[in-house]
Amino acid sequence: MDIPDVTGAVCPVPLTHDEQIVMGHGSGGKMAADLIAKIFLPVFDNPALRAGDDGAVVELPAGRIAVSTDSHVVYPLFFPGGDIGRLAVCGTVNDVAMMGAQPAFLTAGFILEEGLALATLQRVAASMQAAAAEAGVQIISGDTKVVQRGKADGLYINTTGLGAVPPGRKLGGAQAQPGDAVLLSGSMGDHGIAVLAARGELGFETDVQSDCAPLNGLIADLLAACPAVHVLRDPTRGGVATTLNEIATQSATCITLFEKNLPVRPAVAAVCEMLGFDPLYVANEGKVLVILPRENADLALQVLRRSKYGADAALIGEVGQSPQGRVLMKTALGTTRVVDMLAGEMLPRIC
Amino acid sequence: MTNPSFDFTNSFRDAALVKKVIEEIRRTVTRPWVLMEICGGQTHSIVRHGLDQLLPPEIELVHGPGCPVCVTPLEQIDRALAIASRPEVIFTSYGDMLRVPGSGRDLFSVKASGGDVRVVYSPLDALKIARENPQKQVVFFAIGFETTAPPNCMAVRQAQALGLDNFSVLVSHVRVPPAIRAILGSPANRVQGFLLAGHVCSVMGYWEYPPLAQQYRVPMVVTGFEPLDLVNGILETVKRLEAGIVEVANGYSRLVTFEGNSSAQKMISDTFMECDRAWRGIGVIPQSGWCLRPEYDLFNAEKRFDVAAIAPRESPLCVAGQIMQGLKKPHDCPAFGRECAPEHPLGATMVSSEGACAAYYKYGR
Repeated sequence: MDIPDVTGAVCPVPLTHDEQIVMGHGSGGKMAADLIAKIFLPVFDNPALRAGDDGAVVELPAGRIAVSTDSHVVYPLFFPGGDIGRLAVCGTVNDVAMMGAQPAFLTAGFILEEGLALATLQRVAASMQAAAAEAGVQIISGDTKVVQRGKADGLYINTTGLGAVPPGRKLGGAQAQPGDAVLLSGSMGDHGIAVLAARGELGFETDVQSDCAPLNGLIADLLAACPAVHVLRDPTRGGVATTLNEIATQSATCITLFEKNLPVRPAVAAVCEMLGFDPLYVANEGKVLVILPRENADLALQVLRRSKYGADAALIGEVGQSPQGRVLMKTALGTTRVVDMLAGEMLPRIC
Repeated sequence: MTNPSFDFTNSFRDAALVKKVIEEIRRTVTRPWVLMEICGGQTHSIVRHGLDQLLPPEIELVHGPGCPVCVTPLEQIDRALAIASRPEVIFTSYGDMLRVPGSGRDLFSVKASGGDVRVVYSPLDALKIARENPQKQVVFFAIGFETTAPPNCMAVRQAQALGLDNFSVLVSHVRVPPAIRAILGSPANRVQGFLLAGHVCSVMGYWEYPPLAQQYRVPMVVTGFEPLDLVNGILETVKRLEAGIVEVANGYSRLVTFEGNSSAQKMISDTFMECDRAWRGIGVIPQSGWCLRPEYDLFNAEKRFDVAAIAPRESPLCVAGQIMQGLKKPHDCPAFGRECAPEHPLGATMVSSEGACAAYYKYGR
């Protein structure tokens, strides 16, 4: 009787799956712990995260706290001027900063698609940490879930930000007042056009870079120089036009824009002309709208222009009384028209 | 261009140049005139730049039926919705057709319900999708005026050359001259002069228009889309009206010749043939459309999918048809800004960014 040769037989060791995400990475077990230990901890390293508990315990100054949360589902994950990681940090840092707070901490929730390359996740995490370091914030708590292949676009990131609001500071859309000036920290539409071009579906190439950037430094400088600021708002999806419509409604004022002063890069203007978009409705990720008493406008512009993220800052409009809740445009030809909110999805025109 | 300070991106919007032309219009006009800009792109530009506010009160602009999205008839939209809902179909379209309401739903809702609906910028992109998805039926919604006809023909002919059996087009083409004839022939017509659509004429030339101008004693000026183009087109039309000169003039000579693009015209006549076409809100205008010639039946989506029986009815509130004939302005409609707004349009003139109602709503008229 033949006896099989068993020398050298071994129990098959499970694969470590260190090249791509598999369902086990979301199990909460050893693979999930490995993922945190190998990818997130070394990059985001800080005491609160290192403690490895269910939540982070951190110190914030006594008083009011600004909190903001944002989910990021951008496609493609990497685009000229940024990526989903940088966007996830900057988007939330900026939302906290817009409340006049100094952002200090972020949490990050990851939804990963089965099959995502670990190298991609590593690249995104490194980019998040670079943006967090630039903004001076720590990523103190996180969560990872894995969904089946085809149920997500690679990866989604939710971030929540915390920051202390200094005593006496009161910013918000309702604070805009007739007589205020409206400033914009730079050119419109760079992010939206950069992402659209990176999708490669529209058959054009451009060197437009996303403006994705943390603005808390610029805002801290601005508020130190001009504490009388009434409104800070970042014109992300829906663009400057939609954001200003929200502010006009909240404050029951009328905002008039000066077409001649609106900053738009020639390449963005050209792509918009071709595709039938209006830069006023295209997304930004590193710009701030500042509304403040007119007498502070010159000083505010000087402060904004000193920052690399505000070099092209411009006075783009003024706040008036009526018609309430409207945004108007004084055109380059001297005529006036209404600037409405974006109705639905931005659609390319036929001809 | 001999003037070195004149550039093609900014000078056509130069406030000083535009105002000079406006001043000349003021000096020329002695009595009221009603002009129609035929093209929706021109309507959009006029309202966006507020050109109508600069004109002397004697000049009234009425907005023509030249928005291809607006005039695509309800039955073609409903046929598109039926085809796009089929599981074996990838339905491709220009972006702003997605929001046009059919009978109770639009292409967005078909997409949300699982239909594969994709926005493309060119029918050649749809052709590429067909080559990449041989197991799927790829349909392109071929709408538009003369401007979009050449690329649509090109897609059909390339599909034929490649022997693709999974590509077809749902054609809903319309032509400008029969629409002008219908407007001028209407007993209610008020239009005394026309700004012709510059981009249509860049393909077709303007040889079709002199007989129309002569028959109805109406001057016409081929006009572009920038503010300076538009005020110049208005000035040239008013000059002719004031002097009693009936002719067709070319105010867009940097793109348009009398003959037009003859190879594009040949491709159109080899691929399409004239047919009666319903215009949304207006009704059937004889010989106002283009359909595929029978030799291209294989690529005709109406024949490939059994949709000919779909024949729905319009909302009774919507007056889009009268607006597109220049008989009413958007705010004359009782539903304007109430039952009908860009988020929930009743008629196509509220949907497309080129539609007169959408332009009035967006720019607050």
